[in-house]
Order: sequence, then structure tokens, then C-alpha cells
Amino acid sequence: MRPSKLLTLPEAIGRFVPDDSSVALGLSLESLIPFAAGHELIRQRKRHLTLIGPISDILFDQLIGAGCARRVRAAWVGNVITGSCYNLRRGVESGVLEMEDHSNLTLALGLRAGAMGVSFMPARTALGSDLFKTNIGLKVITCPFSGDRLTAVAAINPDVAFIHVQRADEFGNAHAWGNLGVTRDACLASRHIIITAEEIVAPDVIRSDPNRVITPGFRVSAVVHRPWGAHPAPVPGHYNRDHQAFIDYRGASQTLEGFDEWQRCWVDAVGSPEDYLDLLGTDRAAGLALKNHAPSAPADFGY
Amino acid sequence: MDRHSNPTRPQDSEKSPPIGFTLPQLMVTAAAREIRDGEVVFVGMRLPLLGFLLAKSTHAPNAIGVYELGIVRDTVAPAPILTMGDLPNLYHAQWLADTADAMGLLQQGQVDVSFIGGAQVDRFGNLNTSYVGGLSRIATRLPGSGGACDLASLAGRHIIVMSHEKRRFVPRVDYMTSPGYGEGPGWRRRVGLPRGGPAAVITTLGVFHFDAKTCEMILVAVHPGVTVEAVQAHTGWPLRVAPEVHQTPVPGEEELAMLRRFDPQGYWTGS
Repeated sequence: MRPSKLLTLPEAIGRFVPDDSSVALGLSLESLIPFAAGHELIRQRKRHLTLIGPISDILFDQLIGAGCARRVRAAWVGNVITGSCYNLRRGVESGVLEMEDHSNLTLALGLRAGAMGVSFMPARTALGSDLFKTNIGLKVITCPFSGDRLTAVAAINPDVAFIHVQRADEFGNAHAWGNLGVTRDACLASRHIIITAEEIVAPDVIRSDPNRVITPGFRVSAVVHRPWGAHPAPVPGHYNRDHQAFIDYRGASQTLEGFDEWQRCWVDAVGSPEDYLDLLGTDRAAGLALKNHAPSAPADFGY
Repeated sequence: MDRHSNPTRPQDSEKSPPIGFTLPQLMVTAAAREIRDGEVVFVGMRLPLLGFLLAKSTHAPNAIGVYELGIVRDTVAPAPILTMGDLPNLYHAQWLADTADAMGLLQQGQVDVSFIGGAQVDRFGNLNTSYVGGLSRIATRLPGSGGACDLASLAGRHIIVMSHEKRRFVPRVDYMTSPGYGEGPGWRRRVGLPRGGPAAVITTLGVFHFDAKTCEMILVAVHPGVTVEAVQAHTGWPLRVAPEVHQTPVPGEEELAMLRRFDPQGYWTGS
């Protein structure tokens, strides 16, 4: 019998994420953001983390505000529907936070190089831009075949990738659907993968549709059952985006004091998934529920 | 487009457009009209999100939308969205895939037109959305490129949508997040960019195109109630003006009705 990989969130992060780790989060961009896992990093007072991800929405800003991050390797750090994020601004403008500036394509290709086990991937983007001044992982090279100028993007291999999915079995095989961003490459590029899932299901459910498996279970380190684990980001098939939470966070995080208060209320005071749901409230949760279900047609994998 | 500049707030010094539509509605309509029927559009955040929906519902029903999240759509989303990751934008998509897939289409040259926002722009259409004040003295850290650098590098042409203020329209950007025409004619080819360049800038005051010879921004239209002098006053270099400056066409009733449907709360297009 294979060993189960089911852990609690505190156990998974305590075991696989020491201080100084590089962690990849927000890999589907706007959806499936592992907010619950990010908040556990804050509760465990992780320090000197390197944050890796394309856009992250407000999760990176929260980790920066809580003092968890030393370095950020990202294409965009902000609040998708309101704009600039304030902890990022305070961190960079005071010189305590180190930035490696990517575009979405260079970040995606850095992870793909990591996933493919090569040292870099070539691209045609960013040539002539100043990204080369603030990212030591970008160099101009000459194509050995065409002679074209190309951007070489150095491989990115995170210590841990965090992903939130709709369903997983206890062995780390997981189904995710919707737009997937850089999730697949980031998982393959990372040493450890920690999955939080809306549902834990029987292995046969996952095996019934192997095309939907996000990464092979043998590469996964831990599986955590965490309903609402991506809130306020949307999870296809489960809940819509909670726009008000993003608007409220903008207001709260404008000052350090406001951010501290937000962290006390929404992170530090939350000891369990039930606490979080209590805080959210049943009316608000119901308001985010799907109003129109749209299941796909089944695919026949028979022989 | 990037996600931080907010082109929806008119400046105090500007006159309000005539009653009946808002400045953001005028800008979205101008953006939508840049999309031709049948084109593949890399759809950016905020106003361009609505611009694509508007174009698809009016003059460009065969346009295809590509989104950096890894989404391709050939229909209008069935319910209003505030952002491209909202679930109605995933419903019955043509393709849900990876960011690298969407970016691969762009890098291959499959994307005709894209939209980008900017915090700072110069006369060659170079954009800064990263560091105001430059690297030696960072005054303001902005969110960064997102997909903007890729769109500016690789789309067939790109349209810039941004707020028009003197501190944003500068002789030379402090940091070049997204390349325009660089230092002028021939620059894009010299650095190795395969195609493209900015085709238009839609601001809170007017519309610019780029001179084919000099690659400089040229004022071609002003919004209702805005003068050429006012545009110059808000531009940090000696403005180049087309021989004939038109008034930006105002949104029609059908366009306004569509915009009210797509943004019923007026989150992006309210006054």
C-alpha cells in the first residue's frame, strides 16, 4: 500500500518549507490562487522567502507585508482590479526587497526551462527593454541556426510549488480545470509540490480522466484538504471571485497599521478552515456560489 | 494592458465631455474601433477588456480574443466581468490552456493587435510601468510588466490606453518596461524585435498615431471639449500635430447600450 500524502496545512508547511525557501504561488494567475497556503506561511512566520510567480494578485503583497519575503521574481505584483499594491511599494522604495523583473513570457519560459531540465529557454520578447537591467536571468544571445538576436531566459527551479485544485486523491494525483497559467511547468520545475484541494476524492475519480491531471502524483510532497482555499480568487466549478475582498484589501493595506490590522483579522486569528468560513459568513459565501452550472461532456477512455 | 494606471479618472484641468456618455466610455469606444473584424486580439485588463466585448458585439463579430491567463474566446462572455479571470470569461471558451500557449501564439506572430496601459510614456511610445524615478533613485515602484512587455515586443501592432498628464508624458521614460520605437527609426529591428510597434495612443484627452518616418507620436484627434493647446499643456515635449486634427467620434446609442450591459455597475466606465 502506497503511503498517503494527506497532511494538515500546518504540517505540510512545517515539514517542507524552511526559512530561505523559494516558493512559487499564484501559478494559474487570477484563479486558483493558494491564499490559504500563503496565509499559513504568514502564521508560521516564515522568513527570507523568495516569491516566484507571474502576477500573484494580492497574495505576494500580503506575504511581503507580513515580513516573509526577501526577494520577488515576478512579472507583475499588484491588485488586479485596483492597481498598485502598497507593501510591495514600501518594500522596494525602502530598499529592503530585492526584485527580479520578468514579463509573463520570460517567467513562463524560466519555469519551462526548469521543467525541461535545461539551463535556459530562448525567446523573442523583451529585446531592447530595461528588464535586462533588473533581471540577471536574461541575456541576449545569437541563435546558432538563424543568427537572430534572442533573449535567453535562465531556468527557474523553485524549492516548493503551491497549487490549489478542485480535487485530489490522497496520493497527490489532482484534477485542475480552467485556465492553467504556468501551473504545469512550475510543478515540474519545483523540488516539492504542495497541493491544497477543495475536495479529496477516491483515486478512481482522478484516474477516470488522466488528461485533467495537473502533474503526476509521484512528484507531489503533500496533499491538504482545504475548501475555500483560494478565496477570494475564483475556483472554476466551486466559487466566483470575491471582488469586494480585493477592494477592501486595497483600503486596508494603504498604511502599515491598516495592513497589520488586516493580518490580525484575516490571517492570525484564523486557526482552522472553519474559523475562516465563520469570518467570511454564510451569506457572503452563498453569494459567491455558482449560479449556472455547466458540466462538460464525459470522455470515454475505454479500450 | 498592465493593471495599475487608471485612465478612467478625468483630471481637474480637463473639461467634462458633453452629457450622455462618460470619458471612459469614449475611450473604450475609441479602443474598440481599433479592432478590425476577423482580427486576433490580445485582450488586456480594464478598459480593453470592455473594448473587445464592444467590438465583438458591434463591428467585429469575428474577432478572436486571447488572454494572458491562457484563455482564447470567440464569443462574448455570458455575464458581466470585472476582470479576465472571472468565471463567465471561462464559460464556453474556445480554448483554456497555459500562459505559454497564449504567449506562443503571440510570439509566432498570430496576434494582430494588443492593448497596453502605461504609467509613463515618451514620444517614441516606450512605456514604463515599473520604476518611476529610475533605478538609481526609485521614487515609486509600480506593479511591473505583466504581459505588457511581451505584447509590445511581439504583437502585430499595439494600442496604448492611458491617463494624459504632464508627469506621465515625459521626454524619455525612466525605465523601459515595454518597448515602443526605442530611440527612433530602425531601433526595433536593430535590437532584434521581430515585428510590431505602437500604432495608437488613446488618452484621456485625445488620440495619437505614430509618424511612419520618424516614429514619433502625432496628435490626430482631440476629445470633445479638449483643445490642442490643452493637450500640449499636458505633454512634456513639443507636441507634433497632424495637419488636420479631428474630434474623437463619440459613442453611439448602440455602443452605450452595450457598455451598460457589459459594465452595469459602471466599475470601469462610470463617471
